[in-house]
Order: sequence, then structure tokens, then C-alpha cells
Amino acid sequence: MKDFKSDQEVRWCPGCGDYAILAAVQGFLPELGLRKENIVFISGIGCSSRFPYYMNTFGMHSIHGRAPAIATGLASSRQDLSVWVVTGDGDALSIGGNHLIHALRRNVNLKILLFNNRIYGLTKGQYSPTSETGKVTKSTPLGSLDHPFNPVSLAIGAEATFVARTIDSDRKHLTSVLREAAAHPGTALVEIYQNCNIFNDGAFDQLKDPDTRDDVTIRLEHGQPIKFGKDLQFGVVRGAAGSLDVAEVAQVGEDALVVHDAHAENPELAFALSRLGDLTSNYHTPIGVFRNVERPVYDTLMADQLAADTTARGTGDLASLIAGNDTWTIA
Amino acid sequence: MTKQVKQIDRVVIRFAGDSGDGMQLTGDRFTSETATFGNDLSTLPNFPAEIRAPAGTLPGVSSFQLHFADHDILTPGDAPTVLVAMNPAALKANIRDLPRGAEIIVNTDEFSKRAMAKVGYATNPLEDGSLDAYNIHAVPLTTLTVDSLAEFDISKKDAERAKNMFALGLLSWLYHRPTESTIAFLKKKFAKLPVIAEANVAAFKAGWNFGETTEGFAVSYEIAPAKLPSGTYRNITGNLALSYGLVAAGQRAQLPVYLGSYPITPASDILHELSKHKNFDVRTFQAEDEIAGIGAALGASFGGALGVTTTSGPGVALKSEAIGLAVSLELPLLIVDVQRGGPSTGLPTKTEQSDLLQAMFGRNGEAPVPIVAPRTAGDCFDAAIEAARIALKYRTPVFLLSDGYLANGSEPWRIPAVDDLPDLRVEFATEPNHELEDGSKVFWPYKRDEETLARPWAVPGTAGLEHRIGGIEKADGTGAINYEPANHDFMVRIRQAKVDGIAKDIEPLEVDDPTGDAKVLVVGWGSTYGPIAAGVRRVRGQGGKVAQAHFRHLNPFPANTAEVLKKYDKVIVPEMNLGQLALLLRGKYLVDAIAYNQVRGLPFKAEELAGVIQEVIESV
Repeated sequence: MKDFKSDQEVRWCPGCGDYAILAAVQGFLPELGLRKENIVFISGIGCSSRFPYYMNTFGMHSIHGRAPAIATGLASSRQDLSVWVVTGDGDALSIGGNHLIHALRRNVNLKILLFNNRIYGLTKGQYSPTSETGKVTKSTPLGSLDHPFNPVSLAIGAEATFVARTIDSDRKHLTSVLREAAAHPGTALVEIYQNCNIFNDGAFDQLKDPDTRDDVTIRLEHGQPIKFGKDLQFGVVRGAAGSLDVAEVAQVGEDALVVHDAHAENPELAFALSRLGDLTSNYHTPIGVFRNVERPVYDTLMADQLAADTTARGTGDLASLIAGNDTWTIA
Repeated sequence: MTKQVKQIDRVVIRFAGDSGDGMQLTGDRFTSETATFGNDLSTLPNFPAEIRAPAGTLPGVSSFQLHFADHDILTPGDAPTVLVAMNPAALKANIRDLPRGAEIIVNTDEFSKRAMAKVGYATNPLEDGSLDAYNIHAVPLTTLTVDSLAEFDISKKDAERAKNMFALGLLSWLYHRPTESTIAFLKKKFAKLPVIAEANVAAFKAGWNFGETTEGFAVSYEIAPAKLPSGTYRNITGNLALSYGLVAAGQRAQLPVYLGSYPITPASDILHELSKHKNFDVRTFQAEDEIAGIGAALGASFGGALGVTTTSGPGVALKSEAIGLAVSLELPLLIVDVQRGGPSTGLPTKTEQSDLLQAMFGRNGEAPVPIVAPRTAGDCFDAAIEAARIALKYRTPVFLLSDGYLANGSEPWRIPAVDDLPDLRVEFATEPNHELEDGSKVFWPYKRDEETLARPWAVPGTAGLEHRIGGIEKADGTGAINYEPANHDFMVRIRQAKVDGIAKDIEPLEVDDPTGDAKVLVVGWGSTYGPIAAGVRRVRGQGGKVAQAHFRHLNPFPANTAEVLKKYDKVIVPEMNLGQLALLLRGKYLVDAIAYNQVRGLPFKAEELAGVIQEVIESV
């Protein structure tokens, strides 16, 4: 872990959820067995985007919303690197929304960590594209009018091949999701619920409070019936018109429970799962890997085209290229 | 009957028709035949932004002008001496550009009452005497084409569509052009449709034979090959030369080229061209938007590639923040701006050079970016290599300012020997470059080369050189975040000094002043080179004394610029904008530059510039 700490002083607010995520990332990276010079963290703008400065790897703190585009250029020209994007809800979903969905559809080999605190922190407390409707903030004294994005639904809609959600304070879960993301060939989007203790404190309390968390959080495990609750008394069942519902296992029976299949080609189940969970109360929020499927990776496809063209035509010869086929000579 | 053959020294032909008439193709083919023949030439395609504007209307007219000669020429010609008009709209849209006595070949088949009424001809201009000042050749091109293809098993529509090849054949006869390349071209173009290929070849030949036999054309013309400097030549457009320059830059730097781009007129052809050359280690990425295009290019530069983004003015506006990031990161990056008429969407298919100040100043903060501008279509090759040289050596984004006229216009280009191209190889950092007080060795990403002030380029994958860079102000040397007043002041100044210092490393401004005692200097930049030089020639031909200088580097200006400017009593600056270079020269050198400006979407005419120069000479 010491290996991945840079010499820079960390400048997040005391108590920020970012510290826990940084520690988890620094803690788990050594197990990947990668040399640190082959790892690159690229970020945009926002509190979370300071992340690369604290990692003793290569890194770039870029401009607002553009990290996925910059990382796409790097990853698609350097397949030997492990490229990570660190972004926030404003950076990824507001100003950079376009780049995010296109990176996801292309399936570039990027691991995108989306720190979602449902607020703008660095600009001191305006509502974000994941803030709940009606939220009172500095820019919405009478409540926000915006309907929020659900980042997991958005990513599945953009045909992402790997989509997961985890929580800053649950180190074990966070690490296990990061591990799966790192192993995924292609774009992995990991939404991390992250507490901003200054501008949106307690946004995810129900998922953290020992009294409520077990009855609120749905932990997804591939191949397992979806059950949750202190005594695993709740389960997820098929509802009307493709939706999913929460029911008491005692009432519906074990056989009625939906079995989670993160590897299903059809994104229907993953999407329906992403619609569970109330963004205001946090009730019935699934965490874990929603979707993990394989699709050709953009960087590989690009490299393959170059290799195939070079095999077919030989390494390019500049002199014959610029001369073309139609020349004349003047003595 | 043996027809008379006249020797002439130059011709300006304009092919004009509907957007769907294939005028650009016809012009391209005639150009290719002319290039093969060995004339010097210069072309000016001019077409609407709409792919197929309503047929037969004035906005739908597409044209292609070609100037060719037995001597070296500089422009596509001020006015056509021959107009080929495929319909009444083409005649109406172009007639006012023709000098009296010009030859007009018209397709009479299209002169129906309705077609004429559509463009406001109340009476038939071919019959009402309004064209008496011109030599009209009334030819039923469509009928002749269809008749000549009677034996082919093709639809009437397909037969009619070959009329541009009939016209090309006729013109090829008229000017003694070689025909082999066009026949080979048609066979290749329609390889999958052999009947169509044969029909087009037949129409082309029929046009030639028509010229030879008809009484309508009593004279044909010969224009001897031009005596250009010895070498092997090809015809090339600016966009193609620029694309080749980018490939060459990658090869000479021994770096992969990474183009991140979003389609935009008139720059898209560079993306198309580079996408064909993957076997040169060229990656092309068609991004989701302009910003992602430059972002990906910059990411690739961080990884050790020659990052390039290509666009036009509106795209530059979107990329501005990322260009500022590149200034701050101090990584090599090429921003190719093929300028077009603005503001906003402006004139997408027409030329202008109004992005100079955008390239110079269009960013937040003090964000200096070197600027290089090619002067001719062929020069786009060398200018691209020069821009790459500066970017790689100084670790900076560089603007390459082409324009729509250079992009689509073509000229004979002497093909350079690859070994004569500059060596652009760079050295990546491989080891720590700084020793701390305790004797330990560290890597400082912002420790500069003393001579160039460039910082080391340490690419990911290099053990021991892990470092972080970003758009936040950084401490001199270490690159760590730093907000201190003195450090920021230093960093702003050193970034500027780095760019200013490039002046020591570029060619001085060359002045063409044959008599050495001219009192008037004409300075320009970019694609106005041809018209300015042609204007200067005219003035000198009439005994006037005038000096000419043309900027290739606009930031920084060459080191001798002040010295050159102050030698002359008057400095004229013609530009296709409202005086952008003039503003820079006035601001930097306190010279009372006379701006001469036009923004008509078309290049200057030599005659008009000659008049302007003459007037200033007389005023001295």
C-alpha cells in the first residue's frame, strides 16, 4: 500500500468519503501484480478528481468532464497500460456525460470510478445530476426541479459491459468490486456512493447505519437468488411489465426469487435491478456487480486493424505513399 | 477538314453545373490530365454546403476553376476565359465573372422555359442578344451524350448522367489533353458496374470526336508544358499534402501518429486520408465530439504518440479548453485548423483566414501556442512537418492554420526525397533528472531543458518516473500543485518565454525585393501567398517597385520581423479577414500597417491586389 502513496499531502476535507476510497484503492492495487509505472490514473475536475495526485503512479488531472476522452486516447494507443478514470457525479454525468456514454459503448479498456456524493462539492454545494428532486441547495433555494440520473441505469442503457455499485465505507465490498472491475476486459463503470460530510452529509446513511443497512441494501451475487435483510427475510421477485419487486421470502417462497445473472447478454435483468432502490430514501438499493459481460475491447480491435493492415500491405513506405500513382518528371 | 491549332500560354476554365452534375469530378479529371501533360496549374473548387441543393437553382450551382499555363503560375486565375455551363443556373451564376470575349460552352438541352424561368431569365439569353459580347458555343450536350450511348443497355437517366464526361471529352480535345488517365480512372471507378464504366468512356470519347468533327469549334489550342524546376511531380490538394505531412512527421519522429477528430468541413478529408494508412502506425479515432477528438489526441501524446486533432474554426472553439490544458501539461500536440468562413457555422465550404486571432488568443489565461501556416497546397506537407517539429521539440501544442482554398485547391508538387526531410526523433526521459539535497535522485517533470525550456517527456511505462501532471498551476521543477504568487508569475512567464524562444529556431522572414530599393512592402500569411505574389508580379511587370514577404510562422514571428518591417515606408497587409495579422503587427512592432481586407469566401484576385499595391506605391 505504501508503494502507491505519493509524496503529496492529501487535501480533502477531514471526514470525506474520498479518504476511504483512496485507502481501498491503494490497498488493493498491489494484488493486481502490475508494475506501478504501468498504471495511469486520469481524472477530470471536482473533489474526487484530485485523486491522481495521491497515487504514486502515472497520472493526469485534466479538465472538467473530459477524462474518459483523454483516457480513451491513452488506452487505445497503449494497450500495455492499466488505465483508470476517477470522476464524480458532476464530472461524469453533467459536463462529461457525452464522453462517459461513448466510452461505455465503445468498450475501451478503462476502469471508471464514479464517486457519487449527489452534490457539487468543489464549487461549494450546488445540486448535481444525481441529487434528488426538490433538493434545497445554494442554487436551488426552493428545491431543485431536476429529475436525477441513476448512473447504473444510464450505464446499462449505454450498453456498458461492466456495471457495479459499491459504498465508500464498506471496504470489503468496495475492494471486491474493484477487483472484479480490474479483471474485466473493457470499460468497467463502478459507481461508489461517497459521503460529502460538508455539503450533503448523511446522503447514504440508511445504507451505513447498522440498524437499517441490512434491510435497505440488496447485495448482488452472481448465480445466487437475490435475498437480503437481517435474517434474509426479503427477496427480489418478478413484477409487472418487466419490473422487479421486493417481497417477503416467507410469502412468495424461495423458488419465486430471481437468481442474479451478471453475465446475461440481455441487459433486461440488470436494468430492472438498477430501477430498484429509491434515490431519496435509499431503500432497496442493490450493490455489487449488476452486469459483467464480454464484448470485443476497442483498444484490441484498433490494434488488430493496424496489425492486419500491416500484414496485408506490409509496413508503409513513405516514399511510395507520397509519390502516388500519377507522376511526371521534369528534367 | 484540318482544323487550326493555336499556341497559347495560359487558360482559365470554369466548369459549372448543378451540384449533382459531377462538376467537381470533371474538374478533377481535367486537372489530372493537365498535370500529366506537364502544365503548371492551380485550381479553385467552389461548391455549396448542401449535398444536393434543389436542382436548377442558383444556390445549387457547383463549379471548378482551373488555371493552367506553360509557365509557373500562382493562382487559379482571376477570371475564367472559358466557361462550361451545364444549365441556365450555371450560366447566370457565373456570367458576371467572365471578361468580354470569353468562350462559353452551354448545354442547350437544359435551356427549357421552365429552367430559365427558375433563375429569372424571362427570355432565352442564348437568343436574345444579351450574350453578344461572348463567344457562345451552343451544344446539346445531353442529347449528344444520350445518342452516343444508344447501343448501351443502360437507362436514359444513366446515359444522361454521363454528359459531364462528354463535356470533359470535348474540352480535352479543345486543349489537347492526354486521355489515357481519364479512361483508366473511369474503368477503376465503375469497376463493379462495367456497363456504366464503358458508357462513361464512350461518352468521353464521343465528346472528343464531336470536337474534332463539329463546325462549332474551328480552333483548338496547345499550351506547352511548363518549365518547372527539375524533379518528379504529382498533382496534390492541400488536404492530401497535409495528411501526407502528418504521416511523414510520424515516420521521421519514429513515433506512432494518433489522430483524434470529429468530421467537419473542410477538414474531414484529412481524417479520411489518415484512416487509410494504418500500416504506417497511424491510428485514427472518430470521436463523439470535437472535445473528445482533442482529448484522445492529448491522451495519446501523454502516452508517447504524436497526437493530432483536425478541425475547422467552430471545432477550435470547442477545443479551446483542452488546448489550454495542453499548454499547461506541456505535451506535444498538433491542432490543424482548416479555416472556413465564420462566425458560427458561417460558410462551411468557402475559404477565409479569420481564425488567426482565435489561434493566437482564444483561450483563458496566458496560454501561448505556436502557429504555423502553409502558403500553397503543396506547402501543406512541409508546414505539417514543421508544426510537428516544433511540437515535439518544445513539448507544446502547435496550431497549423490551413484554409478551405488550400484544402481543396490543387497544384503540381515536386515530390521530396524522404531522406531530405527533417529528422524529428525525440528522446523520452528514462532516468531521474534531479538530485535532492540528501543525495537521492528523483524525477522532476517540470525541470526544463536550459536551451529550449522544454520539459522532459516521460511516458507511462517508464519505471521510476511515475509523476502526475494537470491543469492546476504547478511548482517550477517538481510539478506539484502550487498556488504561490511568485511561482505562478514565474510559470506564466516561462511558458511564454519557451514559445518566444522558438523564434531563434525558425527561418528568418525572407523578403523578395529584386531591385532592393522598393519603398512598399506587402506582407501576408497562409493561402494569400499566390494572389499576393501574382499581384506583385503584375506591378513589377509594369515597372513598379514592391517588396514581398510572407509569414510561415505567426507565433512567434521570425526574429528579423521588426528589422524587415521598418525598412519600408509603407507596409500593406492583405488578408481574408478584417485585419488580424495587421493588428498583431501593429501591436507588436508599432508599424502603421495598411490592412486590405476581403471576406467573400473566395481568394483574392491578382489584378485587384496589383491595383491596391500600385495605389500605395503612388502615394509614397
